[in-house]
Amino acid sequence: MGSIIEVNNVSKSFGSLNVINDCSIKVEQGSITGVIGPNGAGKSTLFNIIAGTFPADTGTILFDGEDITSIPSNELFHRGLLRTFQIAQEFSNMSALENLMMVPQQEGENLFNVWFKPGLVRSQETAVRQKALEVIDFVGLSHVKNELAGNLSGGQKKLLELGRTMMVDARLVLLDEIAAGVNRTLLQELIANILRLNRELGYTFLVIEHDMDMIAKLCNPVIVLAQGSVMAQGTIEEIQANTEVIEAYFGNDAH
Amino acid sequence: MNELVFFLNNVVISGLVIGSIYALGAVGITLIFSILRFAHFAHADMMTLGAFFAFFLTAMFPAVGPAIGLPTAFVMLPIAMALTAVTAIYLDKGFYKPLRKHNVKPIVIVMASLGVTLMLQGLIRMFMGTSARSMYIDDRKDIYRIDLPFELASRPLVITDPQILLFVVLIVSVISLHLFLTRTRLGKAMRAMSDNPDLARVSGINTDTVVKVTWVIAGCLAAAAGTMLSLDVTLKPDLSFHLLLPIFAAAIVGGVGHPYGALAGGFVIGFAETLSVFNWAVLLRPFRDYLWFDLPSSLAIVPTEFKITVPFFILLAILVWRPTGLFKGKVL
Repeated sequence: MGSIIEVNNVSKSFGSLNVINDCSIKVEQGSITGVIGPNGAGKSTLFNIIAGTFPADTGTILFDGEDITSIPSNELFHRGLLRTFQIAQEFSNMSALENLMMVPQQEGENLFNVWFKPGLVRSQETAVRQKALEVIDFVGLSHVKNELAGNLSGGQKKLLELGRTMMVDARLVLLDEIAAGVNRTLLQELIANILRLNRELGYTFLVIEHDMDMIAKLCNPVIVLAQGSVMAQGTIEEIQANTEVIEAYFGNDAH
Repeated sequence: MNELVFFLNNVVISGLVIGSIYALGAVGITLIFSILRFAHFAHADMMTLGAFFAFFLTAMFPAVGPAIGLPTAFVMLPIAMALTAVTAIYLDKGFYKPLRKHNVKPIVIVMASLGVTLMLQGLIRMFMGTSARSMYIDDRKDIYRIDLPFELASRPLVITDPQILLFVVLIVSVISLHLFLTRTRLGKAMRAMSDNPDLARVSGINTDTVVKVTWVIAGCLAAAAGTMLSLDVTLKPDLSFHLLLPIFAAAIVGGVGHPYGALAGGFVIGFAETLSVFNWAVLLRPFRDYLWFDLPSSLAIVPTEFKITVPFFILLAILVWRPTGLFKGKVL
């Protein structure tokens, strides 16, 4: 299988701080690729660049062979590139179910049809609601589906973020520390759900994670970022055996 | 009984009229605030501008209205609304968007909108002079006198043609806006963006489009309000000065960012004004024999000249009672 995303020689600096330094990575179609690295390694910035939140200074990004370097995030969404946020984001004034129903693009939902073809709009609405109910069940939030999303716990918001990516046919999902703040039992469910999405629906995942347990369970391969560029890449076992990586994480005193 | 008719004419109908105008303006302000996060001071001038577009169109085609049987300016309203909406989009492009791009603080954009206010006023005066004008050119304002079916009520209820049309415009706008916000894709996108712009963007919502749609709605409502008010009274270049503060008060009373709150706020402020300048002595006169004090000839809560203070008293009182406005919590 080919690579779904290719980051070629991307650099980004904020002021005098070089956050991403000539970084190149490839994500294989159908894989769950992990990105690890010490704080400040540029993981989230890389995600933001891939997701079109802000542009790279130099370099190119190919999504499925197409250049997406300067395409804004709302258009990438329509191409099947979705992301979650490190700090879970939600539409806090809408219920959990409404949050999910917000995602799909319903054609024909315009003011003319609302006035003159209410039946069409309603049947679409029902279909989306049905889908949202399935998804909310899948991520295990059906008991809080009518709760305002702003009132959900941090972990539940993370699950909601994962649910959001399931409302449309995603091709690549960027998960930014989805496990942070989620309790252990919930985490096992989350991991199971991600694996299911990967196997059953063919989602490709690119995962930033600090939780090594989760990385070990999910990801192959794993990419290590340090100071804005790729330091190592391989299976989790290879990474764990790599002394250079251990040094980057723990400093020179570690051994 | 005639006293009651006087009350209905001077408080209920006037309150509904001015309340509708404030509501249409306040809804626009509140929508702009919830999407763009700044107080748009040039909004009242967009109302004046809309009225002037309607006036120009009336002057160009004065015979259209009489042919249909409606005021010409009302027939021209859709075009005036469209022109105002386009102007609003370009004002945003020219003055507010560059500021947003540089991530300035909201207060800078507020100041820019004050600048736009003065600029629009200058432009309007340059083309129209400073005098008041009637929106009726080839036609005349119809006034309906409705006799009440009570023997004692010899005075009629008075309501004008533009007032009835204003209520129609308000009802149609409110229902359309409600359906738009709750049922359509773009309306939902607006709610999403007002809630969490970052998430909206990664959920495939084109925020530039949402901003444009916001200006279109706000511009259309402003033009409708300005035109209907000028039809009912007269068209003056300084119309906006009398509107700006009450519509802001209405938006804040209703809870900023809440369109239904703005609607309610508009009527609260409108009725507060008419109730406070109403001469209560008229209503009390039939009971003067039972009163323990001599009824003065004029007994209003505030004299008409101080009308503008009333919205602000109401505003402060409501904010002390409910700091987030009447409709708290939910934005959009």
